[in-house]
Amino acid sequence: MSSSASSLEERHRQLGLTDGEYARILERLGRTPGDVELAMLSLMWSEHCGYKHSRRLLRRLPTEGRHLLLGPGENAGAVDVGGGLAVAFKVESHNHPSAVEPFQGAATGVGGILRDVFAVGARPIAVLDSLRFGEPGASERSRYLLERAVAGIGFYGNSIGVPTVGGEIYFEDSYEANCLINAMCLGLAPHSRLIRSAAAGAGNVVVLLGALTGRDGIGGASVLASAELGEGDEAKRPSVQIGDPFTEKKLLECCLELLDRELLVSLQDLGAAGLTSAASEMAGRGGVGITLDLCQIPLREADMEPFEIMVSESQERMLCVARPECVGALLDVCERWEVLATTIGCVTEGDSLTVLHRGMAVAELPVSVLIDDCPAYDLQPEPPSSDLYGSPAAVLNGDEPAGEVLLALLGSGNLASRRPVFEQYDPIVQSRTVRRPDEADAAVLSLPDGSAIAVSIDGNGRRVACDPLRGAAEAVYECAANLACVGAEPLGLTNCLNFGNPEKPHVAWQLVQAVEGLAGACEALDVPVVGGNVSLYNEAPSGPIFPTPVVGMVGKLPSAGRAGRLGFAQAGDSIALVGPFSPSPVGSELSKLLGRPPVGALPEADPGAIRVVLEAVRARVRSGAFRSAHDIAEGGAAVALAECCIAGGLGASVRLPLGLDPFAEAPGRGFIVSGSREALAGLVIIGEVGGDGLRIDGLLEVAVSALRAARDGGLSGWV
Amino acid sequence: MKFGIVRFPGSCDDIDALQAAARVGDAVLLWHADHDLQGVDAVIVPGGFSYGDYLRAGAIARFAPVMAEVEEFARAGGLVLGICNGFQVLCEAGLLPGALLPNLSLKFVFRQVELSVVRADGPFTGACAAGDRLSIPVKHTTGRFYAPELELDRLEDGGQVLLLYAPGHNPNGSRRDIAGVCNEAGNVFGLMPHPEHAVDLLAGSADGLKIFESMRAHVEQRVLA
Amino acid sequence: MRARVLVRPKAGILDPQGQAVERALPALGFAGVRNVHVGRLIELDVDDPARLPEMCERLLTNPLIEDWEIEEVSELEGAER
Repeated sequence: MSSSASSLEERHRQLGLTDGEYARILERLGRTPGDVELAMLSLMWSEHCGYKHSRRLLRRLPTEGRHLLLGPGENAGAVDVGGGLAVAFKVESHNHPSAVEPFQGAATGVGGILRDVFAVGARPIAVLDSLRFGEPGASERSRYLLERAVAGIGFYGNSIGVPTVGGEIYFEDSYEANCLINAMCLGLAPHSRLIRSAAAGAGNVVVLLGALTGRDGIGGASVLASAELGEGDEAKRPSVQIGDPFTEKKLLECCLELLDRELLVSLQDLGAAGLTSAASEMAGRGGVGITLDLCQIPLREADMEPFEIMVSESQERMLCVARPECVGALLDVCERWEVLATTIGCVTEGDSLTVLHRGMAVAELPVSVLIDDCPAYDLQPEPPSSDLYGSPAAVLNGDEPAGEVLLALLGSGNLASRRPVFEQYDPIVQSRTVRRPDEADAAVLSLPDGSAIAVSIDGNGRRVACDPLRGAAEAVYECAANLACVGAEPLGLTNCLNFGNPEKPHVAWQLVQAVEGLAGACEALDVPVVGGNVSLYNEAPSGPIFPTPVVGMVGKLPSAGRAGRLGFAQAGDSIALVGPFSPSPVGSELSKLLGRPPVGALPEADPGAIRVVLEAVRARVRSGAFRSAHDIAEGGAAVALAECCIAGGLGASVRLPLGLDPFAEAPGRGFIVSGSREALAGLVIIGEVGGDGLRIDGLLEVAVSALRAARDGGLSGWV
Repeated sequence: MKFGIVRFPGSCDDIDALQAAARVGDAVLLWHADHDLQGVDAVIVPGGFSYGDYLRAGAIARFAPVMAEVEEFARAGGLVLGICNGFQVLCEAGLLPGALLPNLSLKFVFRQVELSVVRADGPFTGACAAGDRLSIPVKHTTGRFYAPELELDRLEDGGQVLLLYAPGHNPNGSRRDIAGVCNEAGNVFGLMPHPEHAVDLLAGSADGLKIFESMRAHVEQRVLA
Repeated sequence: MRARVLVRPKAGILDPQGQAVERALPALGFAGVRNVHVGRLIELDVDDPARLPEMCERLLTNPLIEDWEIEEVSELEGAER
């Protein structure tokens, strides 16, 4: 069983394992691994699967909470939402594949996160996406990535019938060479249908469901191939996975029916590292062994080698374990849904993952070596000795009148209307959506009993680049603020950490600081992390991307009908600015337009004061006292006021508190709210809704139509 | 009043249609592989991506086993409503005139649009008044209604055009702003907008309910006659 | 037999895909391109090629909006038979 392509000593290096890692394998196994075994180990011990540089750090995140049902370590986390129902959710990245082929990369990113959610038994009910690209105005490539990624997300989500209800997009030079595509999914399940992935029961049957297995994603492991691929055979090794939402829709309905009928012991989706990862994790979590027979696996290509079958990343496949007496009924359900189902192995005593091919064992590895023995590296953080990021091109010089500044901000890439994007998504299929994009600060989905869940996704890389500790905390506070504006109380959080090369001390420092910031904010707000994802090595020769922790938060509100809105509702209403809002120009959108680099400490946050204002906003939105609520985020108070005017189609006359910089920022701490004068008694009233323009005393006066035109024009033509 | 909603592999808005119809009468799902319409009074062919929109939207679904029953039901005068993908299926099946082509923008479009009611008699718009405006969302990639010019004249003159996109609201370039058409006999109706997503003010508009109510009124009237 | 069927949008029907491609080519430096139409290719192995026209009319195309043409019918190569 030797490889013809390279000597034994070099195999491991070509597969991406270090000499030290290979030595560790030899020591743990007590022998030399065969080709298939080495391929499996190289993937399970990769950064992507093994989380070598982040595992230890992630332990810092709080994972306990009174609503928690499934925590990190399962395919998706889940929280109780009342009425016997649970919401499962997770965010994942698909950054590198999307840079290669953005349509399919984004589409299969959505496909993958959907599978993670229905793998725990929840019906996917919403998708959100968090995207980062270079500046489309300056880069044709970034325009191309943006347009194709949006099309891919729409293609997959719309076709499979899961609404895309929210998201965010940021444009920064920093992401020019490394775009970020993070996809979040929420699913709904009765508690009784939630399932874990741990395999159990020696003698139980392992069944593969879904698409045929082909050569997708084999990539680096192809050095092990017995035959040299000739010219023209490159097509046989597709580096791009093609998503098929129709197959996944059938797979989804099939799996949910199998669970409703209680025919499964456990369920796991096949993602990165395909069968190897799925089987290893199922066996590992269950403390059992698994034996697979590769000759049973339905293949797309006739002549696939064992290692190819084990590492294939063909999409739309799930692995499940069932008791032998349930297999007949299981196959009937699968046939009804036109889902291919094949028994490919069994659960065993002991802890071996054994792979058979034509009667011979081509791999026999202790599961502990695949999973537990994967090294975890300590980071060596060092604060950067000089500024890591350059200055953006200045668009303003600082002398412009405030009205012009406001229009420039509204039309800028990071603030402009995302309508050209979200009109390509279906936000209403499944009939739960109560607040669509642009109507409120968070998406709101109704539950059968009249209550609702709210969800928001946030993260500002520029601010985290300035100050990773406080910037990361801000992402948590901003999500919570978005939820409060619709009247929702946070239940749990998922996060995706998008960073550069962690082996570089300054990136390690960013990572450590950011995780500490996230952890502190989560603890302060009592919101557990239910799961998440890490994407490292997002780096170009010019340097790393902005450190970009993306946070997705799910909350609950008692009445769907009372969900908050962001637009001013009624002429004559009073407007108040509430919250411990002491903003600063550091890291603000205006500082970007002025051509300032992302440098400087962000304003300190007082978690206690934030908790108080979140509760106050939440309560008054729920009671109806606030007819509109909008958190002050990028662009500061002036932009927030403009957004309220545009959404409501109403003007406003306000006077800002003395000394308040209208464009300075402090996410999660300030809110623009409106309601009757009586309802807002006791709050700092700054003005009144009415007229057809936004007038900020002593600062600017701009017609709402002009505000809207500036905002609407920002992204059009690019997507 | 009993509605039957067909469910193909890949149907997405089937449950939405079921829930909407259930506000007005009883509603059941009709599985694509069955030959049983379960004695329903009206059939709804829902939105979604039946068979992945492979080959052409609706091209494969129209040959599903249950469609043989639906075609016979339609020939006998039964009410058949096709929504979005359902409209595409009915055109492919020849139960409705014309065809649906890719949107002019070549992109998927989701938008809340205004429709204007051309005819307010008949089983699908009887609960409306001529000239009524209905606020109903569209969400599709292949919704541009097409028929040859002479056919379009015939449809307009024959009163087969029931709904138009109001001026400025045509999201896909449909010829003559046609949003929904019925067959000559008036018992089969197809439209690209989604009335099942406009049945609750909580979700934005309840104008779509009128189409379901029209169908019920028609069936109840027929029973009484 | 191995058959290739070409499917084209019917002449006279607006073809935005074709138009989009026609617009994109000059932007990439390809001048002198006109009259672009985007269709579909369907390849299939058939035992009875005489039934191909019926297949085209009933399923493979929508005759209201598409024209079709059987481009080629050839013997299957040795190993494929």
